[in-house]
Amino acid sequence: MARLAMVIDTKLCVGCADCVVACKTENDVPEGFCRDWIVEQVQGTYPTPRLEIRSERCNHCESPPCVGCCPTGASHVHDYGGVVLVDHDKCIGCKACLAACPYDARYVHPKGHVDKCTFCIHRVEKGQLPACVSVCPTRCMHFGDVDDPESEVAKLLRSRPHHDLLPSAGTGPRVFYLT
Amino acid sequence: MDEITSTRHNPGLDPAMHIWGWEIPVYLFLGGLVAGLMVLAGYHILKARGQQERAAYPYAPMLGIILLSLGMNALFLDLANKINVWRLYLTFEPTSPMSWGSWILMLVYPALIAAAVLHPPERVPFGNRLLALVRTWSAWMQARPRLVQGIGIANLAGGIALGIYTGILLGAFGARPLWNSAILGPLFLFSGLSTAAALMHLLSMISQKGGASFADATLAGVFRLLNPDRGGHVMVRADASFLTIELGIIILWLIGLLTATAVHHQAAALLLGGPYTAAFWGGVIIAGILVPLVLQYLELAGRIRHTAIPAILVLIGGFVLRLVLVSAGQASHWS
Repeated sequence: MARLAMVIDTKLCVGCADCVVACKTENDVPEGFCRDWIVEQVQGTYPTPRLEIRSERCNHCESPPCVGCCPTGASHVHDYGGVVLVDHDKCIGCKACLAACPYDARYVHPKGHVDKCTFCIHRVEKGQLPACVSVCPTRCMHFGDVDDPESEVAKLLRSRPHHDLLPSAGTGPRVFYLT
Repeated sequence: MDEITSTRHNPGLDPAMHIWGWEIPVYLFLGGLVAGLMVLAGYHILKARGQQERAAYPYAPMLGIILLSLGMNALFLDLANKINVWRLYLTFEPTSPMSWGSWILMLVYPALIAAAVLHPPERVPFGNRLLALVRTWSAWMQARPRLVQGIGIANLAGGIALGIYTGILLGAFGARPLWNSAILGPLFLFSGLSTAAALMHLLSMISQKGGASFADATLAGVFRLLNPDRGGHVMVRADASFLTIELGIIILWLIGLLTATAVHHQAAALLLGGPYTAAFWGGVIIAGILVPLVLQYLELAGRIRHTAIPAILVLIGGFVLRLVLVSAGQASHWS
């Protein structure tokens, strides 16, 4: 079974937020909310500080705590690619999944259900890339099946140093950042 | 330096998570209180097998039904997608404490109703005609000792499950280090027991009928430990040291946080010098546990007059515990 993952090259990302705008447009994300966002992290001391710009979103974890805590089964792992999704018709808006997510990647949609990044599964199942990946002007975002050794993402992860977010949380994120 | 700037400003999440307001603490408080009432009622039903007059808690199950319904209403108000609430009962998700809780809530109602029918109160403000009917059912049930025993066990087990679940509900969220401890289950159970004992004491003061003295129920065990000759009734002693045990569990919980990882230290700091320090130490530890214990000791020693103040303080402390835990837990995070 495919394991879909996203690889983002922080050496190329300039934080233009095109990915954010594309996501909001593609997924009709309500005003004041976002499914993906830009983070700038500065570490170190002058004169050698290090700046990393990241496009962040739901990490579609291997062991998603948001799925295990859902009382209705609304939060689930999709059959294709292991993508973590929310079935809006089953969601009661209890917010347990928001409390369970160490990345704070979910929010309550004004309609009442919980919402988050879907890796644009509706596009991916048609053979297209997620909206954010497709519009990136620096081509810093890559998407594909990490289980396929010939895929672009698998090759990048083999050849470049990378990290994921909050590895100590033990959730197994599937969004990777090349450094 | 390690500075993070984010463009995310999602309501309820940024700058700090605040997804649960007053509704969840109210639900957790009332759920724990009802759990305690069920344990007390179940214990006394079993203890008074064949001796109805010894089961001095006729109001506990009835009160439990009312309070649990109020708590579930608070929970319902918190749901963002209320129209889908029925979905809870189309599935059972074994890894979800909330799913366990929704089914436990459905199972405790029959136990509470059976206990209420088993020992109906002598009089009620209204519905005396219905009370007469209930008494005929009560007589039928009491003629069947095995049924009575079953109701007692169901209340005892249901109360323990409900009390522990309210703590596990929070303890299962690994992403919130302050909550992420299985000890919250026993903590909420014993806090529920202490608040239930306090409420029973208040009721017994109001009704002037039966009910173990709250002072007895909270300190007899300690007396028994200090001086076996002065100890209270063995059965009361079992109920007795809820507050003391609760305090011990809180200390263990804090030790657990302080001996864990950096994120757990940061979480503990919210209560140890951080923004929730005054509410936690002032409202929960001092006003909710230590002051009632001292007052009860002085009452039992005959040095001050017996009043309802300790019971009221315990009830307030029990609510503040949930309020502080729910708020501070949301403020604790991994990053």
